[in-house]
Amino acid sequence: MNTLEITDLTVTIGDKPILKNFSLTVPKGEVHALMGPNGTGKSTLAKALAGHPDCQITSGEVLMDGESILDLEPDERARRGLFMAFQYPSEIPGVTIANFIRAAVQSRLGEEDDFEATTYYKQLYKKMDLLKIDRKFTSRAVNVGFSGGEKKRCEILQMAMLEPAYAVLDETDSGLDIDALRVVSEGVNSLRGADMGILVITHYQRLLNYITPDHVHVLWDGQIVKSGGKELALVLEEKGYDWVKDLAPA
Amino acid sequence: MSTVSPTPAIDIDREKGNFSYPENYAYDAGVGLNEKVVNYITDVKGEDDWIRNFRLKALRVFNNKPLPTNWATKDLETIDFDKIRYYLAAGQKPKRTWDEVPDDIKETFERLGIPENERKFLAGVEAQFDSEAAYSNIKEAVGKQGVIFTGSTDGLMEHPEIFRKWFGKVIPTGDNKYSALNSAVFSGGSFIYIPPGVKVSHPLQAYFRINAENFGQFERTLIIADEGSEVTYMEGCTAPKFNTATLHCAVVELVALKGAKIEYITVQNWSSNVFNLVTKRAIAEEDATVKWIDCNIGSRLTMKYPGVVLKGRRARGEVLSIALANDGQHQDTGAKMIHAADDTTSNIISKSISVGQGRSTYRGMVHIPKHLKGCKNNTECDALLINSSSRTDTYPAITVRGNDNSVQHEASVSKVSEEQIFYMQQRGLTEAEAMSLSVNGFVNDLTRQFPMEYSVELKRLIDLEMEGSVG
Repeated sequence: MNTLEITDLTVTIGDKPILKNFSLTVPKGEVHALMGPNGTGKSTLAKALAGHPDCQITSGEVLMDGESILDLEPDERARRGLFMAFQYPSEIPGVTIANFIRAAVQSRLGEEDDFEATTYYKQLYKKMDLLKIDRKFTSRAVNVGFSGGEKKRCEILQMAMLEPAYAVLDETDSGLDIDALRVVSEGVNSLRGADMGILVITHYQRLLNYITPDHVHVLWDGQIVKSGGKELALVLEEKGYDWVKDLAPA
Repeated sequence: MSTVSPTPAIDIDREKGNFSYPENYAYDAGVGLNEKVVNYITDVKGEDDWIRNFRLKALRVFNNKPLPTNWATKDLETIDFDKIRYYLAAGQKPKRTWDEVPDDIKETFERLGIPENERKFLAGVEAQFDSEAAYSNIKEAVGKQGVIFTGSTDGLMEHPEIFRKWFGKVIPTGDNKYSALNSAVFSGGSFIYIPPGVKVSHPLQAYFRINAENFGQFERTLIIADEGSEVTYMEGCTAPKFNTATLHCAVVELVALKGAKIEYITVQNWSSNVFNLVTKRAIAEEDATVKWIDCNIGSRLTMKYPGVVLKGRRARGEVLSIALANDGQHQDTGAKMIHAADDTTSNIISKSISVGQGRSTYRGMVHIPKHLKGCKNNTECDALLINSSSRTDTYPAITVRGNDNSVQHEASVSKVSEEQIFYMQQRGLTEAEAMSLSVNGFVNDLTRQFPMEYSVELKRLIDLEMEGSVG
């Protein structure tokens, strides 16, 4: 029951099928890596799970802790504990990080359950220190004028504050230099634990040097064609993606 | 699911103001506009002949002026001046305590939170119900400083030496058709005089309430800040949602003498059947500052362009405005800055939000003539479109002559994107909450400059509007 369970999921964008009978189960307490070349459906999976309006689910099921989430609005899925770190996070002009995260935290509480501003800021600063984010950042508008690294750190900061049950990290390593990569990875690692299932979506193996996965899956043409332990990522690094083509069903 | 629906059927939630009490008027000028109506108003008020003649002359100007539909919306043609009631009053003097105010009127203002705000943060309150003020009071300490805060009728009768000097001087009767109409039938509004050097630390507030159907409210406000004085004035307004059109046609004149400061704040939340055609202008003498903060959320059509005539050296004028046009609404707003002395500066920041079929128009006029030196203007207008059917237009008319004057103009149009809403939803905010937060973010750098009580109220109104805007 403590799983994010994706079964035979087929997703089309426009009329084009992107994911084809895709299945994967991520239990709490584990980190799964989904790897694959560009255009195989990695980001579509993340969007479909989060409920993006462009993604049509034509068949299959997604159960979070045993309950289907496919009929839920994106915000309901989020409030039930699903988090997605975006590859390209949107800018929100005029809305500060502090206010945005606070609104997100507040959305998980009842209307009467106002939480103390001092408690909130204490928590926020603690997580920011961990992610080496300057405290001045709280008063900057969300993602406006951020560097690639700042955007990704801000995504992980939100993840840290919202403590989701399941987190999908979509290409979190893209656009990061090696120092930023290390900081972001340390942040994710500090959140790992028995209460969270994490799905790391990435093109490159290098992120997995910092976030060690329990399982690695290879995506090709909308399906998982190979699964294995963390060593599978090293094989991919060495051989590239060409050889997995042959594993795809005809 | 569509994140941004093109044509949401919105029933605007103005529930807070959407109620009315049975009519009980001792004085009713009847329906339609003619000399008899004007004479009736003047007789009821017991005014002198100079003001009767002023009114009758204004009526002729009004009748002779064409509708400004050559540049403004044709929607103005739907106002039927023969079907409007021009004066409705209970025939009692404004009360000094809420206990003396008749029950239904008192209850009206209690439901709108006025007495509560008065206790909390205001230096004085005037509450107008249809044509006349039902309540008018100023804190004792403020009154002792010589501050006058009363209605227009009391102003012209009890303080003619100040009143006559400035009345109709900032905005002449013939300025436009609607200022002429106001000049003919005006009633209510505030008369304020701040003596030299007096700084009123808390705001004075007026609240305008329309209760009757087919009614026209024509308040007239005149504020004079004498040398080196300071005052903040706030006005609010609501009306119930009737099926027929209601007219609100005010004239507001401000005079800031040497070194004085006036801040005038409006949060307009008329119901969506009100035509809100208001003329607002200020004169700023040497080293004086006038700041208009103008927020238009309600009404069917608002036409309002607060202005400052920068008459003295180093005078400063500012208009900060926010307009939100929802389905069936047209916010035609802007600002006028007339530079008439050296080293004068003006600043205009306008933000508009158009939702559904809503339409917002910015009209600006900045005039700096050739013979002046050291004048500066900054104009920024930003428009935010929520739906693909929303509309915005900008008409900035900036005339700057002379080599020693400078002007800066920026304009932008942006849209709330589906990706932005999806991103916010992924963090747990509902679609409506995401919209509200985006809109509040858009106006944030302006509302930060507003007094706290008003920015909180504005945020609440924006939240209400955006709640209805997602399908």
